[in-house]
Amino acid sequence: MIGSARYWREVPQRYRYEAAKCVKCGEVFFPPRLVCNGCGGREFTKQTLEPNGSVETFTIIQVAPTGFEDQAPYAVGVIKLDDGVKLTAQIVDCDPESLAVGDRVRLEFRRVQQDGESGILCYGYKFVPVAK
Amino acid sequence: MEVGIVGYGAYVPRHRIKVEEIAKVWGADAPSYKRGLMLREKSVPAPDQDTITMSVEAGRHAIHRADVDPAEIGAIYIGSESHPYAVKPSGTVVAEALGATPDIHCADFEFACKAGSEGMFVALSMVKAGQMDYALGIGADTSQGAPGDALEYSASAGAAAFLFGRKDLVAVCEETHSFMTDTPDFWRREYQFYPRHAGRFTGEPAYFKHITGCARALLEKSNTKPEDFRWAVFHQPNGKFPMKVGQGLGFTKDQLEQGWLSPTLGNTYSGSSPMGLAAILDVAQPGDRIFMVSYGSGAGSDGFIWRVTDRISSVQPQAPHTRAQLEDRPIYIDYGTYAKFRGKIRKLGE
Amino acid sequence: MREVAVIGAGMNRWGELWEKSHREIWTEAALEAIDDAGVDHVEAMYVGCMSGGLFMGQEHLGALLADQLGMGPIPGTRVESACASGGLAFRQAYLAVASGAHDIVLATGLEKMTDVDGGMATYALSTAADQEYECYQGITFPGLYAMMARAHMERYGTTRRQLAEVAVKNHLHGSMNALAQFPMKVTAEQVEGSVMVADPIRILDCSPITDGAAAAVLVPLETAKKMRVDPLIRVAASAHATDRIALHERDDLCWLASTAKAAESAYQQAGVGPTDLSFCEVHDCFTIAEVMVIEALGLVDRGRGGSAAEGGFTALDGRVPVNPSGGLKSKGHPVGATGLAQIREVVHQLRRSCGDRQVKDARLGLTQNMGGTGASTVVHVFERM
Ligand SMILES: [Zn+2]
Repeated sequence: MIGSARYWREVPQRYRYEAAKCVKCGEVFFPPRLVCNGCGGREFTKQTLEPNGSVETFTIIQVAPTGFEDQAPYAVGVIKLDDGVKLTAQIVDCDPESLAVGDRVRLEFRRVQQDGESGILCYGYKFVPVAK
Repeated sequence: MEVGIVGYGAYVPRHRIKVEEIAKVWGADAPSYKRGLMLREKSVPAPDQDTITMSVEAGRHAIHRADVDPAEIGAIYIGSESHPYAVKPSGTVVAEALGATPDIHCADFEFACKAGSEGMFVALSMVKAGQMDYALGIGADTSQGAPGDALEYSASAGAAAFLFGRKDLVAVCEETHSFMTDTPDFWRREYQFYPRHAGRFTGEPAYFKHITGCARALLEKSNTKPEDFRWAVFHQPNGKFPMKVGQGLGFTKDQLEQGWLSPTLGNTYSGSSPMGLAAILDVAQPGDRIFMVSYGSGAGSDGFIWRVTDRISSVQPQAPHTRAQLEDRPIYIDYGTYAKFRGKIRKLGE
Repeated sequence: MREVAVIGAGMNRWGELWEKSHREIWTEAALEAIDDAGVDHVEAMYVGCMSGGLFMGQEHLGALLADQLGMGPIPGTRVESACASGGLAFRQAYLAVASGAHDIVLATGLEKMTDVDGGMATYALSTAADQEYECYQGITFPGLYAMMARAHMERYGTTRRQLAEVAVKNHLHGSMNALAQFPMKVTAEQVEGSVMVADPIRILDCSPITDGAAAAVLVPLETAKKMRVDPLIRVAASAHATDRIALHERDDLCWLASTAKAAESAYQQAGVGPTDLSFCEVHDCFTIAEVMVIEALGLVDRGRGGSAAEGGFTALDGRVPVNPSGGLKSKGHPVGATGLAQIREVVHQLRRSCGDRQVKDARLGLTQNMGGTGASTVVHVFERM
């Protein structure tokens, strides 16, 4: 359902975590956008997201959407990166039951989904727990 | 002009399965496997890990250690027998994720377990030829052993990446040699999910002949003896073979042990001897010489002699060490989970 | 702008309506509203529908349904704002009458959800979230609300039991509603023991998949007076606000900013405050949603939504009854129709014709209908004159 073009145009964000920083007010947007909704600014500079962050909230998906059934149960969280940007992503390589708000995690490159058995493989970011 | 490694990195998945867990399912004798193959457990890739994802992580570690702008990398060569696509390169995804596109040469290599050292060999040669300042060679695999086959106890997952260049070297390449014959000891035909192998024929006429042939030529070319080296690493299809071939060549257990990862890592195929090299570089001292010979079924070996430079100590702490990753919070899984992870069983309707 | 009145409302029995097509479901509700209003025509029609394309493979609903009505080639407009489509369709109808563009308008909502399997329904609903940066990662709608629930529990100490009490209350209310899809009563133990969907949300915290439609007829207040409609039900406020679509982009995961903003505007238009309301119909797509909505509406203090149902504050005989109809939870949630069904309940409550679930002395009712995880909210206030 994703298709090549739609997947491909998000590559800078999904592979390299490229965000946009508003020149006028400094707010960082991920994904980049054309207008800052903080100050209305239209000029941005490229900024790469910080790879480390903390879990703000999370859930453990038991009933998974199509294409994710084999992975259930799996954790998905909202993670606040150390640069203040927040992301939604899976938290893997952990026992979901032992996750807690505030846990330290970092970005890792993973296969996120695939377009069926014969379609493209879709990569991107997930989070893994940082050793305590 | 000296060429060599400017940065290196490894990646080890965190999931593990123990030999006993596999043996239990097939009614096999675990103690004899552990003794005979010197294997205790192996790494298992999670369903969201493959040659591409592990190559990206290992590549990031290598680039971070090298402290090189990824845009300056002129080539990326990934060796694997488990490239996720049958047609479409792994290298494009990896180069894109590393920030090395678009001015870059790319090729995916396949030569059973030798593909990783092959990528390293070509990357090194491109730099040596003056074609480019930096080239990245990666060995990575998420190999599959057929259920119940001997390979199921060893086929594991991991990656190692090496950035080659001419300045700020952490290890100088002093000599290389390649050795190859047509020897059908292991193969996989198109549309087949699992590889086949020729049993005990994979030993003497295949693994031992090629590694020994390559190693002897390398020692001769470089006019060195095993005692001239602080470390040695050979391809590790199990725990037993690398120790046997190394000691047969005159290397000691002390020289072999640091790069000998297979007892708890398994056989990472294209990642095997490269990951061993990464584990050695993690602890090597300036001036140390490292002897390395890979092996790939089919069959052939690539040999390298490395001399570690003063820069090594400053890059070692810049990324996770290989053995530290191997020991970091392993997640043990049962055979059912393993079978699901590896696609040996599938849910209805997919 | 002209003052507007609602003179008719309709809704059919909701549920898994295997034998009925979207055309029948919609037309039944529309005709009931028209007959209820006692009129013989409408000048224009609006239909709120979230995803005709994904649920039924049918778009172009404005034309299709206007034709079904048999009232000539009237303008038919389809409105979409995810689960707030129905509320927004009503608001468009309200604006059409208030502006003077039309004198009698039909507002409707429709969703036919059971013609696709569970996977497709889940996918269709998930299109209300950010496809590239939320759904791509494998999150579901229950998952997004579960993350809001966990954040609320962490910060305010809201308990699992308090969420269950929202379901208990709404099913109790729904048990008195003959049109509800799931009119059975449930206990807190049943809710807490039901199947986990997305921790901490369980199946009995979720509104169901439903087929259904609802409708209302709007005219200028002056016309309603001339028609001697009794009681007169005036639209005292109509407000709409939006927020960032992706949950993670919001500063506060525990706060429904679009609901707060729409409510602020609605209270100002109506010249009332939350303490003046007789009751509310709110968007309890998940139990945690009702908890957060009543905070954003100002019915309770910020962070205090958890104890409202547990303490009886929002019960039928409580200080501010919330969801006397049974809410989305018990009545069902055919997404595009929900906003109109809320309004249909308010009309009947203000007419004081709700039988066992009648709110005592109902005079001022509020509806709150939201899309996605709260990226859009439509609030209306209705007054019995
Ligand atoms: Zn700005």
